[in-house]
Amino acid sequence: MTPLQTIQQHFEARLIETHDFRGDETVVIAGGLLTEMALFLKKTPELDFNYLMDLTAVDYLFFAGGRIEKRARFEVVYHFFSLKHNHRLRLKVPVEEQNPEIDSLTGLWASANWFEREVWDMFGIRFKGHPDLKRILMYEEFQGHALRKDYPFNKRQPLIGL
Amino acid sequence: MGINHFFTSKMSDALGWARKYSIFQYPFVTACCGMEYMSTAAAHYDVDRFGAGFPRFSPRQSDVLFVVGTISQKMAPVLKMVYDQMCEPKWVVAFGVCTCTGGFYDNYSTVMGIDTIIPVDIYIPGCPPRPENVLDGLMKLQEKIQKGEQSRTLYDPKTKKGRPAQLGNTP
Ligand code: SF4
Repeated sequence: MTPLQTIQQHFEARLIETHDFRGDETVVIAGGLLTEMALFLKKTPELDFNYLMDLTAVDYLFFAGGRIEKRARFEVVYHFFSLKHNHRLRLKVPVEEQNPEIDSLTGLWASANWFEREVWDMFGIRFKGHPDLKRILMYEEFQGHALRKDYPFNKRQPLIGL
Repeated sequence: MGINHFFTSKMSDALGWARKYSIFQYPFVTACCGMEYMSTAAAHYDVDRFGAGFPRFSPRQSDVLFVVGTISQKMAPVLKMVYDQMCEPKWVVAFGVCTCTGGFYDNYSTVMGIDTIIPVDIYIPGCPPRPENVLDGLMKLQEKIQKGEQSRTLYDPKTKKGRPAQLGNTP
């Protein structure tokens, strides 16, 4: 059984969407299910995702010139890897624009710490339960979130000089 | 009057000559241009032939600040502090397009040319500049040092003109 099939068997209709493109397996779930899903991924012996490889976000504002409707403005994307079984999984969680907040995974994977700070810094998505959620790349004086699509690309916020 | 004038001009010539062949440089290396800086400094191109072979990693002991690589907005106050700590007379070389103009990093994080922060004497464009380019820049800098010239202007992106730099507050 592939990881995707194991997950489908366990969660059934609670998954929003799944797809499998040439062995690249993806699961889309709602934010409320994240903690349960993360525990399942880490603790199930035949999945055993002990390595969170990447955590990032996508801003779908103006996506495809507005022709494609997305569920929510943001999507947080996780990439998991199992060193034991040598398999991977991509997990996507839509996040609303009004209250961009989602559970933190720092308790399960320590590598989530800095990734989540980066997503907060660049997209302004808050992580509930993160031990120290502050900017990681930009300076504290920086206003706004630089990788949001509505951040003006030519806006400058110098610390000194012009 | 004649004899005094003769002595002062000869004296500054001698000073310029001594300074241009004993450049103690401070390499402020932040990005990929550093590779080309190392190649210029190492035996094959050998900046030591120009008397600039001795990098000092203390700004207080150096004459020329080599700014090598992209300067981000977060790094800018550090660069300014290093510049302020250098003793007069001092010169600045902008190494690579990132330091000259910001290069292709037209975005939220990068300083659009270090001459908005500190006065620059020599611009060496290129991404990265070839070592020959760097040596050419170094020779032009030596000419400048010989003449006793130093840049004292900053670039103002709003008016697109130079403006005098406010110097002299060494922390
Ligand atoms: S000018 Fe090019 S090589 Fe030099 S630091 Fe910038 S990007 Fe790198």
